[in-house]
Amino acid sequence: MKPPPFAYVAPDTVSGAVAALVEAGEDAKVLAGGQSLLPLLALRLGRPSVLVDVGRVTGLDRVEARPDRLVIGATVTHARLARDPSVARHAPLLAEAAPSVAHAAVRNRGTFGGSLAHNDPAAEWPAVALLLGARVVAEGPGGPREVAATDLFESYLTTTLAPDEVLVEAHVPVPGPRTGTAFEEVSRRPGDFALVGACARVGLAPDGTVADAAVAFLGVGSTAVLDERPGVELAGRLPADEALDEVARAAAARLEPHDDLHATAAYRRRVAATLARRTLQRAAARAGGLA
Amino acid sequence: MTPPEPRTELDVALEVNGEPRRARVEARRSLAELLRDDLGLTGTHLGCEHGVCGSCTVLLDGNPVRSCLTLAVQADGRVVTTVEGLADGDDLHPVQQGCLERWSFQCGFCTPGVLITAAALLDEEPDPDEATVREALSGHLCRCTGYESIVDGVLRAAEIAREGGR
Repeated sequence: MKPPPFAYVAPDTVSGAVAALVEAGEDAKVLAGGQSLLPLLALRLGRPSVLVDVGRVTGLDRVEARPDRLVIGATVTHARLARDPSVARHAPLLAEAAPSVAHAAVRNRGTFGGSLAHNDPAAEWPAVALLLGARVVAEGPGGPREVAATDLFESYLTTTLAPDEVLVEAHVPVPGPRTGTAFEEVSRRPGDFALVGACARVGLAPDGTVADAAVAFLGVGSTAVLDERPGVELAGRLPADEALDEVARAAAARLEPHDDLHATAAYRRRVAATLARRTLQRAAARAGGLA
Repeated sequence: MTPPEPRTELDVALEVNGEPRRARVEARRSLAELLRDDLGLTGTHLGCEHGVCGSCTVLLDGNPVRSCLTLAVQADGRVVTTVEGLADGDDLHPVQQGCLERWSFQCGFCTPGVLITAAALLDEEPDPDEATVREALSGHLCRCTGYESIVDGVLRAAEIAREGGR
């Protein structure tokens, strides 16, 4: 369980990190908290020649509340997201989901940006980023660019980031008025990767009918899945339990989950329907100021 | 600006249990290996070496982390507390005393990580209920399955600390 040998460099600026990635070539890897990368290396599932540690880049660990969005630096830890008051206020879904990320000791090291860039299909943050319409800023040799979460997650452990790009920060829009969100996942033991997870967003019109709704799932395929059909199916209807249940079942039926050692595809689809219903109910209640 | 050159061996300087320590390490060396093999602090145990078992948990700048999932070079310039740093001379830390009184140790392999996590828990939450203790310790595997006595020991530690231990 020893990682293969590699060279290590810890630049103190993003441009220094990009330069190091360019210099090192394609088999360099960005190291943030290391809570996914270091186990992969210990199991020798990867053999990068160089690790470029962004953990010492100044300013990447900041959380900044702007009027319309929360800016989360790439090296902000899961533990910080769980307890930072500005996260709870401006992106409550992040605060709600954070305690579901692994165990406390991993949350103290693992980072938001690292999880997005790693894109494990059972990780919480890709699904949450999709649901909230987050965008990330990635910097490469050509300078920074913005990538919508919907264009970021490609497939199992794969994103559309180039090998010489560094994920710098995520921009998470502040939910509009009368909008609620909720998160829930099922795992075999606390801290394990989820078998299935879901998060939901519901926005209500002044008359209490649904103006906006969506669900995102994790653990049901090669990457997190965003489903915006609930917004169409619920538009103009009251968020009654029967309506939400029907929409949740329909969303789960559209999934293509997989069988593995831990659960069958059929079980995953059932759990997805239940979690979608519960999170839609809680999101609707919160949107209406009831929870 | 030329970026610094990637290196396969680096010098690290950190504070461990209140003492400044230095070593030259391979880039791939984990903090756990630095503590055990370079600094001789074998109280930190290495079980799975990929972040599952929790035996190697230490405090990094006061927060519990897996020292097998932290590179030694990532701890450069930082403050580490290991199980050896819990007691004050012969004066045991409440988590050590509590676990001793409640027979929380069987083979002892998972013990150092459990004690570190429990100490951090009591720092943050001096009066935890049983569910809080179980949740806090959920990242620790005890292959003797001695979980009941470990939870008892941590709850006893909280009492000791509140009675005026540390």
